[in-house]
Amino acid sequence: MFWIIAGWVGYLLLPWYGVEEFYTFEWLVDGWPMHSDYAPAAMLVAQGKKLWLAPMLLALVAPLFVLRRRKTDPIYGKVLIVAGGFGFAWLVAQGMGIGLRGYNYGWMAALFGELNDRQFGMGYGALIAASSFLFLFTQGIAARGAVNGDVFVTSAIGGVIAVVAIFVFLPIAKMLGAAFISDDGGYSIVEFFGKFVDQRIWGLGCLSGTSCGAAWNSLFLAVLVGTITTVLGLIFALVLTRSGFKYKKGLRALTMLPIITPPFVIGLALILLFGLSGTVTQWVSGVLDVQPTRWLYGLPGILIAQTLAFTPIAFLVMIGVVEGVSPSMEEAAQTLRANRWQTFRTVSLPLMRPGLANAFLLGFIESMADFGNPLVLGGNYDVLSTEIFFAIVGAQYDQSRAAILAMILLGFTLGAFYLQRFWLGKKSYTTVTGKGDSGVHPLLPKRIALPVYVIAALWGLFTIAVYVYIVYGSFVQLWGVNDSLTLAHYKTAFAVAWDDRGFRWTGSAWDSFWTTIMIATIAAPFTAALGLITAYLLTRQDFAGKKSFEFGTMLSFAIPGTVIGVAYILAFNVPPIEITGTGLILVVSFVFRNMPVGVRAGIASMSQLDKSLDESSLTLGANSWQTFRLIILPLLRPAILAALVYSFVRAMTAISAVIFLVSARYDMATSYIIGRVENNDYGLAIAYSTALIFVMLFAVGMLQLAVGRTKIGRRTSQSEGH
Amino acid sequence: MIKINAKAASVSFRNVTKVYGRDVVAVDAVNLEVSAGSLVTLLGPSGCGKTTILRMIAGLEMPSKGQVFIGDKDVTTLPATDRDVSMVFQSYALFPHMTVMENVSYGLKFSGFDKSETKERALAGLDLVGLAGYGGRLPSALSGGQQQRVAVARALVLEPQVLLFDEPLSNLDAKLRRQVREEIREIQQNLGLTVVYVTHDQEEALAVSDEIVVMRNAGIAQKGTPRELYEAPADAFVADFIGEANLIPCEVLSISGDMAEIGIGSFRHKLASRGVQPGPAQVAVRPSRVRIGAEGQGMPARIKKAIYVGSRMEYTVEAEFGTLFAVLDDVKAPLKIGDDVMLSFAASGPVLVPG
Repeated sequence: MFWIIAGWVGYLLLPWYGVEEFYTFEWLVDGWPMHSDYAPAAMLVAQGKKLWLAPMLLALVAPLFVLRRRKTDPIYGKVLIVAGGFGFAWLVAQGMGIGLRGYNYGWMAALFGELNDRQFGMGYGALIAASSFLFLFTQGIAARGAVNGDVFVTSAIGGVIAVVAIFVFLPIAKMLGAAFISDDGGYSIVEFFGKFVDQRIWGLGCLSGTSCGAAWNSLFLAVLVGTITTVLGLIFALVLTRSGFKYKKGLRALTMLPIITPPFVIGLALILLFGLSGTVTQWVSGVLDVQPTRWLYGLPGILIAQTLAFTPIAFLVMIGVVEGVSPSMEEAAQTLRANRWQTFRTVSLPLMRPGLANAFLLGFIESMADFGNPLVLGGNYDVLSTEIFFAIVGAQYDQSRAAILAMILLGFTLGAFYLQRFWLGKKSYTTVTGKGDSGVHPLLPKRIALPVYVIAALWGLFTIAVYVYIVYGSFVQLWGVNDSLTLAHYKTAFAVAWDDRGFRWTGSAWDSFWTTIMIATIAAPFTAALGLITAYLLTRQDFAGKKSFEFGTMLSFAIPGTVIGVAYILAFNVPPIEITGTGLILVVSFVFRNMPVGVRAGIASMSQLDKSLDESSLTLGANSWQTFRLIILPLLRPAILAALVYSFVRAMTAISAVIFLVSARYDMATSYIIGRVENNDYGLAIAYSTALIFVMLFAVGMLQLAVGRTKIGRRTSQSEGH
Repeated sequence: MIKINAKAASVSFRNVTKVYGRDVVAVDAVNLEVSAGSLVTLLGPSGCGKTTILRMIAGLEMPSKGQVFIGDKDVTTLPATDRDVSMVFQSYALFPHMTVMENVSYGLKFSGFDKSETKERALAGLDLVGLAGYGGRLPSALSGGQQQRVAVARALVLEPQVLLFDEPLSNLDAKLRRQVREEIREIQQNLGLTVVYVTHDQEEALAVSDEIVVMRNAGIAQKGTPRELYEAPADAFVADFIGEANLIPCEVLSISGDMAEIGIGSFRHKLASRGVQPGPAQVAVRPSRVRIGAEGQGMPARIKKAIYVGSRMEYTVEAEFGTLFAVLDDVKAPLKIGDDVMLSFAASGPVLVPG
């Protein structure tokens, strides 16, 4: 009912095509409803323009006839399915078929004759009408008895599938298509292969002394980073859960720090420490009397920076897995005469295998997608992500080359994704029965305890040094040249003025700062909502195609940000969805980049809620939407908050997708900083980054306050006396 | 074919105390003897310290004070790995990434057996629990009862001096419980194992044990054979915990020899005095030891509830001293709600416990 009205409103009242600014309402006074730029679809058709919008009227009229019928009436469902399905299909087809230059495809012009009209990107009207058709369709399916006739669940499934298809798979598909477009605009397989087998991508020169292609470089780097971050993540997780280490809280805080740090900031700090005029470099060259070198630039620098930046992600995965290994497994091994080392090797470690695989995959993907560090520290070490960037924004402006590079990048990450599944195989790693899980994790075996402590301590010290340098560096006039302390960088970035023209944000960073805050704030609730609904569907509902649904959502998580960035500009700068250069494209990209985080947070906490809670609510007369809202959501409050803050923080620190999507009007903090770095304006870049870190520290701190720490009821570990 | 043997040894706790953190006393100065080849059950409500005692025998927890002996060896500070004890966990703790065969062979690998002997012993163990032929499966492909047996086999093949069970039946359904507990008892008796068994189910304890140790608040309330505990509980707690009992306040009127006469209102009954002195006390009466008659001697009472459960009738009866739960075998001519009746006790059965 609601969606029928919405459909009519979208068709009759709201402007069908996109207005310049999504958030403003100038169009209300500016010629609406007659001006063809702002007119609703009905008005356009009535005026005899854009006649291809007319058939949708049928799909809107049809449901009116069955309004009076009961839901169980087979005709009710049938009409809704046909009307909704037809409306949606037609809307998509006309949107794809007719673009800025009339028909998008030659064969359509040949078939229907030349069209002397064109259309722009869809706007409010089309958006609402499309949702209306989609949900009429799902209601029809529900009425036919799918998923126990549950309207909320079918609508949620339909909605999630539609948005994921439009904002993840469609852009990827477009990008893959773009790889085959030759320089003169046609399609060419030959040219594709020519670009694909380029020496700069696949060259093996490094085996013979020169340099390798970007693909091999990226792969080598990603494997190294994945391995090292996984091992480090495991080490920290072990120290935190299985040792008598005294400063666990401090270590935990240290490992969390890089999460609220834009990844390339670490690269900047490394330059301050080890660059040509870096403190350590200068000191070493003074003591040993050797010429300072640029050894940092290239593989070593990127490797160190990425390791520092992505270890926390691996750590977060590993801590869950290490804590999740049931203590009684390890106790059982001990009573079966295995000593600590044997227990660790034969039971604990194999049970952590899914975590190891996950952590490696995450590190691998993050390294592949990372854009900031290679740009800052890369030197001559070309990697795919920076190559893609230069293909798009550089002088070469070669879309198909960018698309091909992105395709290779995507191939690597999907390959890793597939290998991970293959390696884990069909074995089971979860405790068979969940009950009676009391017990204590054994302490680490001696032979690995010592190296673990040493590594953890070194890493801790190094991290502290890096962060001290970030803060310190933001106050230094010009590093290595003029070491006097100054507030000038902060002044340039964040000055405010109060003069006769009133209060003004005069600092150069304010624009991008407020844009970032705004975009991150808008994106966060959508991310959390989409993630939680998807998690709800995955853990709580059974429906046909659930396996592929799950695979699809997890797949979107294996797509690097760089690829998403390229795909978005290729897909969304032309109708039907024309949002390049707007704030909207940034919001959308954040929502879909960070959605997997929301999904995983949701799945983790939902699987701890017993399904009988839902069922009891359902039998008490609530429908599944009410159950979701009144039972599941309140119990998930910590997960929701975590998803909100995490997506907020990620939106503020992300760079890989963003760098392609920003515009003069909507510049983000991270891309602004990268711009400063490219102009060698390190002081300002570091000052801005420091400010960002403190903003996010504040956000995370608020979260900690709001949620508090949950406790798991387990036996306390070994007490004093022996 | 290798046979699984037992190297049963006794267990003894000497004044063992376990304190968690600063001041949470889980086990308080417990003395306990488990003789070789016997099955001893630790029974008690949750939080009474029974699992902690089990874990101290296993070596998973160390006593804060006191000594633990297995056989005549002091193992107080010996970790689990080096003790000749194995344990069946409540959750079974089967390793999910290993097959049944690998699970059962696990402990043998670390006990110095060579490959062929490990295999033979593991096969013998699986055979013993009736799972020959299941070696290639993963635990997740087994039913709850089968997983349970794998856990038993895995512990048995090590021929431990002591075998420990931590509520082994709590994850099984009611019908399977009876069967599995009988199997455990059979294996224990056939092999002559020393078994320490933790449960909170009194019926299970009565059915499997040579000796039961009833625990309360970190200490031992009473130990004895099942019959001793059921028929001569030391106090009201044990009487109520082992089998249901109606606890009725009474007055010990006089003692003559080892018999006492008690009074409940105007009702008089004679029973063993068990050292109780004249004055207020309690009498514990099993539901099946209550006699209900339409008239004659006894306490006047009224039927409040009458429930037919097939093999017998269950009544809730209201008398002057409060309500009482009784079980009668006569299902042919049941009493009705509201009937006025006279209550009395069977000659043997009711026991006097200190008030």
